[in-house]
Amino acid sequence: MASFKLTINNRAYDADVEKDTPLLWVLRDNLGLVGTKYGCGIAQCGACTVHLDGKAVRSCVLPVSAVGKAKVTTIEGLSEKGDHPVQKAWDEVDVAQCGYCQAGQIMTAAALLKENPKPSDEEIVSTMSGNICRCGTYHRIREAVKVAASKTN
Amino acid sequence: MQTSEQTSRRNFIKIAAAAGGGLFLGFNWSNSSALPVVVDAQKVAAGLVNFNSYLSIGTDNVITIISPNPEIGQGIKTAFPMVVAEELDADWKQVKTVQGNLDTGIYERQVTGGSGAVPHSWERLRKAGATARYLLVEAAAAQWSVPASECTTENGKVLHRTSGKSLSYGELAEAASKMPAPAEVKLKKESDFKLIGQSVRNVDNNNIATGKPLFGLDVYREGMLFAMIQRPKAFGLKLKSVQKEAVKSMPGIVDVVTFDNSVAVVGKSTWQVKKAKDALKIEYEKEAELESSADHNRIFQQLMENGEATVRRKNGDVETAFKNAAKVIKSEYQCPFLPHSPLEPMNFFAHVREDGVELIGPTQTPERARTEVAKLTGIAPEKITVEITRQGGGFGRRLAADFVLEAANVSKLVKAPVKVIWTREDDMTGGIYRPAVRYRFEAALDKSGELIGYKLRGVGMNSGNSTREDNFPSGSVENLLIDSVEYKSPITTGPWRAPITNFLAYAEQSFLDEVAEAAGKDPVEFRLALLEKAKKSPVGDIKYDVDRMIGVVKLAAEKSKWGKKKGVYQGFSVYFSHRSYVAQVGEVVMEKGKPVLKNVIAAVDCGIVINKSGSLQQVRGGVVDGLGHAMYGNMTFKDGAPDQRNFNGFRLIRMNEIPEVDVHFVDNGISPTGLGEPALPPAGGAVANAFYKATKQRLRNQPFINEEAFKGIS
Repeated sequence: MASFKLTINNRAYDADVEKDTPLLWVLRDNLGLVGTKYGCGIAQCGACTVHLDGKAVRSCVLPVSAVGKAKVTTIEGLSEKGDHPVQKAWDEVDVAQCGYCQAGQIMTAAALLKENPKPSDEEIVSTMSGNICRCGTYHRIREAVKVAASKTN
Repeated sequence: MQTSEQTSRRNFIKIAAAAGGGLFLGFNWSNSSALPVVVDAQKVAAGLVNFNSYLSIGTDNVITIISPNPEIGQGIKTAFPMVVAEELDADWKQVKTVQGNLDTGIYERQVTGGSGAVPHSWERLRKAGATARYLLVEAAAAQWSVPASECTTENGKVLHRTSGKSLSYGELAEAASKMPAPAEVKLKKESDFKLIGQSVRNVDNNNIATGKPLFGLDVYREGMLFAMIQRPKAFGLKLKSVQKEAVKSMPGIVDVVTFDNSVAVVGKSTWQVKKAKDALKIEYEKEAELESSADHNRIFQQLMENGEATVRRKNGDVETAFKNAAKVIKSEYQCPFLPHSPLEPMNFFAHVREDGVELIGPTQTPERARTEVAKLTGIAPEKITVEITRQGGGFGRRLAADFVLEAANVSKLVKAPVKVIWTREDDMTGGIYRPAVRYRFEAALDKSGELIGYKLRGVGMNSGNSTREDNFPSGSVENLLIDSVEYKSPITTGPWRAPITNFLAYAEQSFLDEVAEAAGKDPVEFRLALLEKAKKSPVGDIKYDVDRMIGVVKLAAEKSKWGKKKGVYQGFSVYFSHRSYVAQVGEVVMEKGKPVLKNVIAAVDCGIVINKSGSLQQVRGGVVDGLGHAMYGNMTFKDGAPDQRNFNGFRLIRMNEIPEVDVHFVDNGISPTGLGEPALPPAGGAVANAFYKATKQRLRNQPFINEEAFKGIS
């Protein structure tokens, strides 16, 4: 066991865990941040996507010891009131079916738009193709990213 | 603002009571007369009244509607309350929906499966809303001393037009709760629906987009332990021995226990139990054949020729028809096993105490969960509670209760609250798959290209009957024989979204395409001619509505401009399953010499569309699921163990691989049927037939990706 100081959603956290523990399970089991989901554990599905200094990463394969001083943002901290343009677009377009993958989809989309506020259709598809939606909501995910992009300055 | 929450019945009562009294109504949704019981709020809070379902109206105008069926992504938690709210004339913005927990005293058929919830509950939900509306009107009429017939309702208010008076449902709730209940209520005319047929957003959108704890895996309780289970690594093996001690001393590990053929590692965090589980040293012994996919292929061939077949349907004289045929067409189609792959892997929480059991988690069959845990623990069902969480997909996997029993077993053994978690590898290799199946179709054509004989043999693995003998083209062919052969495999299998038809529809619709071509007929005209025959001179029983089938065929042909698009290769498919009718046209174009799937046009008859947005999602998702698995889904076995263990080996369709999906609903005012499954079965056939048009190569086996003809296509 080792102690880790983490900055998550602009808040300081301490976690006493083994150093190889993936950030995903620290968030979920130790810190009560369960919005970040487990889907595959091998960075294939994207359900566990969080931001590390604003960049989308797969928290299921990121050991907590590798986080260091980087700022972590999870779905709970994407916006204070759940009104990030991507979150709003997800509601407006009514994307979710079961909803399990959507936190990861939203985090992936938000990171894309931060880096590239006006992505082309191809850029949206190539980025979002890293995330699996087993319900097959891909048409609306694509549409929602476009809606969010159109409303982001 | 739409709000929604997961809550236990007890919590619900508290919430409702905190709203300051109001109207509590219990309706017997399981009883077609739906005689309502008006329930006193005090008594409800005290748990004294046995009522059957819940709709409450608070004095603050908040209308709370419980949706009792498990939500796995099919949209029931939005659709059910919409139906109640429609008949109630509620203001949807004031409606709060709550997931009901298992309560067999109140609800009937708390199951998600077979696309059956909407057809089962349609009338019951409407009566629930209409009865409450009746009582509110009666209360207002009494207060105003006017005849109830002069009162109308709108957006959560009762209005008296001539005097201009109006009262909100919240203001009327208490008085309404004291009015005598009607023996019968009048339902709205379909043409008067305001909410039904609109696009209403998923009631959990906000919770989902902000990461609220909604799912089974999100359940954490004080003192809860985590457990992972090592099941036999191959089907046909049983547990012989396990070295527990080395693992027990690993960090965070509380215990290692065994039951049945399982070894459970119990500890203080998910990661610690995962590491310990991976370190387990277990010996197994063989108890049944360790089958490989090569064995399955051989077994299919053998049983197709020599298997003992059970006749499922027989019309006319097939032998003579084939003897007299001018042309005979014969084809075989085969598909592999498939895991369900819900993105939320199996998991469940159980706390087995001496005096009762608390169960929480994702299950499509909460009542089965309770029954089986009662059997396991010897604790009476009424002392077992089942809280239903939102579920990260189901696709039939959560109809089983194996993972619930595991949680109960472990909790019982370690005497603590436990959440059992399956890793993705556990979920993919731990069993219960869509079984592999092989079909042989034979068709006899006469000189003029009329279909005079039809034979289908299905060889299934643990399928029971691997055919659906009363489906189209049954009823339209004079001489027909459908039979099935069954093989018992130690590999565990079960229902997978649109059981049997998820592959049979593709095989049948591809074969009909082959027959149409051999007969020199257009695939749509060929199907329509058969359907006309089924209508005018039906052969034997027909269990589908021929006119509704014709309706979707024509609508799909019209919307796709069938046969009229230049440079677009179209494939047709139509299927009736789970009470709904869906026709699809797949469209392939050649790009740089390669066929590319561009569009799927779907025509759907599920009767009245309750939620337009949710229904569109079900159809699009069903098509994507159907063609995704047809193209890529492949689970193979070596010595009883699956070769695919995670999403790096098992390929699920991704955004860059989907076609556009254009959906058209038939508007016929017929009572609604389910939509969770029916859009899936026709997808594979529409794609395969379009692909054939473009390449002249038939795809007769799934996944397409392994077919020589499909090579080079993404």
